[in-house]
Amino acid sequence: MVTDTTTPARAEHEPHPVPRKRRRGELGSLKRLLIHLGLIVFAMVMIYPLLWMLSASLKPIDQIFSDPSLIPRSLEWSNYTEGWNALPHPFHQYIFNSMIIVAGAIVGNLVSCSMAAYAFARLKFPLRGMLFSVMLASIMLPIHVVIIPQYILFNNLGWINTFWPLIVPKLLATDAFFIFLMVQFIRGLPRELDEAASIDGCSYWGTYLRVIMPLCTPALATTAIFTFIWTWNDFYSQLIYIRDIDLQTVPLALRLFLDAQGQSNWGAMFAMSIVALGPIFGFFLAGQRYLVRGIATTGIK
Amino acid sequence: MTDNEVAVAPTDQRGSGAQTRTEANQASPPPATMRKGFGRSARSRERWAALSFLAPFLLGLVAITIGPMAASLYLSFTDYSLIGDANWIGLENYQRMFDDPRLAASIGVTFRYVFVSVPLQLAMALALAMVLDRGVRGLPIYRSIFYLPSLLGGSVAIAIMWRQVFGTDGLVNQLLAMVGIQGQGWVSHPDYALDTLIILNVWTFGSPMVIFLAGLRQIPAMYYEAARVDGAGPVRRFLNITVPLLTPIIFFNLVLQIINAFQAFTQAFIVSGGKGGPSDSTLFFTLYLYDRGFTAFDMGYASALAWLLLMIIGLFTALNFLMSKFWVFYGD
Repeated sequence: MVTDTTTPARAEHEPHPVPRKRRRGELGSLKRLLIHLGLIVFAMVMIYPLLWMLSASLKPIDQIFSDPSLIPRSLEWSNYTEGWNALPHPFHQYIFNSMIIVAGAIVGNLVSCSMAAYAFARLKFPLRGMLFSVMLASIMLPIHVVIIPQYILFNNLGWINTFWPLIVPKLLATDAFFIFLMVQFIRGLPRELDEAASIDGCSYWGTYLRVIMPLCTPALATTAIFTFIWTWNDFYSQLIYIRDIDLQTVPLALRLFLDAQGQSNWGAMFAMSIVALGPIFGFFLAGQRYLVRGIATTGIK
Repeated sequence: MTDNEVAVAPTDQRGSGAQTRTEANQASPPPATMRKGFGRSARSRERWAALSFLAPFLLGLVAITIGPMAASLYLSFTDYSLIGDANWIGLENYQRMFDDPRLAASIGVTFRYVFVSVPLQLAMALALAMVLDRGVRGLPIYRSIFYLPSLLGGSVAIAIMWRQVFGTDGLVNQLLAMVGIQGQGWVSHPDYALDTLIILNVWTFGSPMVIFLAGLRQIPAMYYEAARVDGAGPVRRFLNITVPLLTPIIFFNLVLQIINAFQAFTQAFIVSGGKGGPSDSTLFFTLYLYDRGFTAFDMGYASALAWLLLMIIGLFTALNFLMSKFWVFYGD
C-alpha cells in the first residue's frame, strides 16, 4: 500500500499540491475507463461553447446559425479583418490601451504589494495585528461600496477619461489579495536568511531587494499573471472611468459591437471576442502551474 | 492550506498586541518632530523601515479604501448629484428604498442568483474534485480544462458568447432542434434570462474545485483504510470521513463564493445590454447601483444603496460564520 506517502507530503508544508501516488489505487480497469469516459464527455460539454464560438468566428455569416458543425467548411478569415476595422478605431488601438493599463497594474501590484507583504511578514511595528486584519478584511470589500466616492475623488483630480484611476490604486497596494499571497509565501522562507543578511550588513531594504524578492519569484509570477488576467478582463471600473472613444479598452470595444452592430455582424464580433480571449488563454497555458498554486494557497480565483 | 487564512490573523495579533497598547500614540504617520529619533535604536530603525515599506499600502488604505467608505456613508445622507453641493437630507435616501419597486426587484434577482448558483456551483466543484482525487491519470489536464472557465468567466467576450449560446438561433436551440424540440430566446425571456446567468456562474466551478482538490489531499489515507477494515462502504466513507474533514474548506468556499456572487456585474450587464432586462429579470443589485450612480448620477441614493449592499453581504458573511459553529469541524 502507498499510505505512507501522504504523511511526508504534509510535513513538508509544500503549498503546491504534489502529484500523489494513487492512494485508493485498486480501481478496476473497467471502472477507470468509465471514469475517463465520463470526464472526457463532461470536459467536452464544458468547453463546447468556446469551440463553438471559435468555429463560428471562422464561418461565413449565413453558416453561423444554420450549420451547427464545429468544423467550418472553409476557413473564413474575413470575420477577423472585418471585425478589426469595424469600430471607430482599428482593434489594435484598443489592445494597446488595455496593455498600458495592464502594464501599469502589474508593475504597481508587484512593487507595492511585495513591499507591504515584506513588512507584514518580517518586521515588527505598532498596530501590526490590527493593520493585518484590516488588510484581510479589505480583500472582501466590494468595489461597489467605494466606487462612488472614488469616482468623485478622481473627478475632482481631473482623472476621468485617463488611465490614472485604473493604475494609481494598484501602485497603492489596494489589491490586498496579493499582499496576503506574498505574506504567506514570505513566511515560508527561512528566517535565518534575513539574519544572515543582517549580520552581513544588509539593511531592511537590502534584505528585501537582494534576499527576499529573488526567492519570491513564484509568488511574484502568480501575482503578475493574476493581475494580467483580472485587469484584462476588468469591465466595471473601465466602464466607469473611460468614456472617451480614443481611450477605450478591449472589453469596452467588445461592448461597442453590441451597441453599434445590433444583431447584424456576429461573425466579426465573435472573431474579436476570440482575439480578446487569446491572451488570457496564452497566459493560462504558460502559467498554470503558478495559477493553480495561487488558488490552492490562498483560495481566491 | 486554505484554512490558514482564518488562522493567520489571530496568531499575528498575538505577536504585536502587547506593544500596540503602549505605543499606539506613536503609530504612523508620526509628526515631523519625532524625526530626531530616527536611527537611534534597532527597534525604532525597524519601525521606520516598516513605515517606509508600508507607505504605499497605508496611503491606499486611507485614500482609496477607508476614506471613500466614510465619504460614501456621508453621501448616503445627502442628495449629491455630482453637480452642485451635497445637501444633508437625513434618512430620506433610506426611506426612499422602501417604496422603490426596482430596488425590490433587484434584491429578489440577486438573492435568487446567489442562493441558487452558489450551492450548484459548489456541489459541482466537490463532485468533480472527488472524482479527480481518485487517482485519475491525466489529472493536471482535466484540472486545467475545468479551471479554464473560471479565468474566462468574468470577461465581456464570454458574456457575449453566452448571449449567443442561449439566443434565439444560438447553440442551445440548434442542439434542441436536432432532437426535435423548438427552443426559444432564452436570454430574452423574463422567466429564463436569470437561469442562463446562473448556468454561467455554475460553469465557473473550476476555482472552488481546485481548492477542494487541495483539501482532499490533506485527508490522511489511513482514515479510509481504517474505515474500510471496519467494513464502511463508499457512502459511509464519504459521509463520515470526507465530508467532516472537508467542512472547513466547504465553509471557506461558501463564504468566498457568496461574496463573489453578490458582486456579479459584467455578465448581467452584457447579456441584458446594460439594462437588466427583460422586464428587470436580470437586474442585479450591482446593475441597479450602477444605473442610479453613473447613469442617473443620483449619487446620494447610490451611496445609500452601496451601504445597503455592504450590510447585506456583511450580514450573510456573519451568519455564515455563526452557523459554522454548528457544522464546521476543525478536528484537533
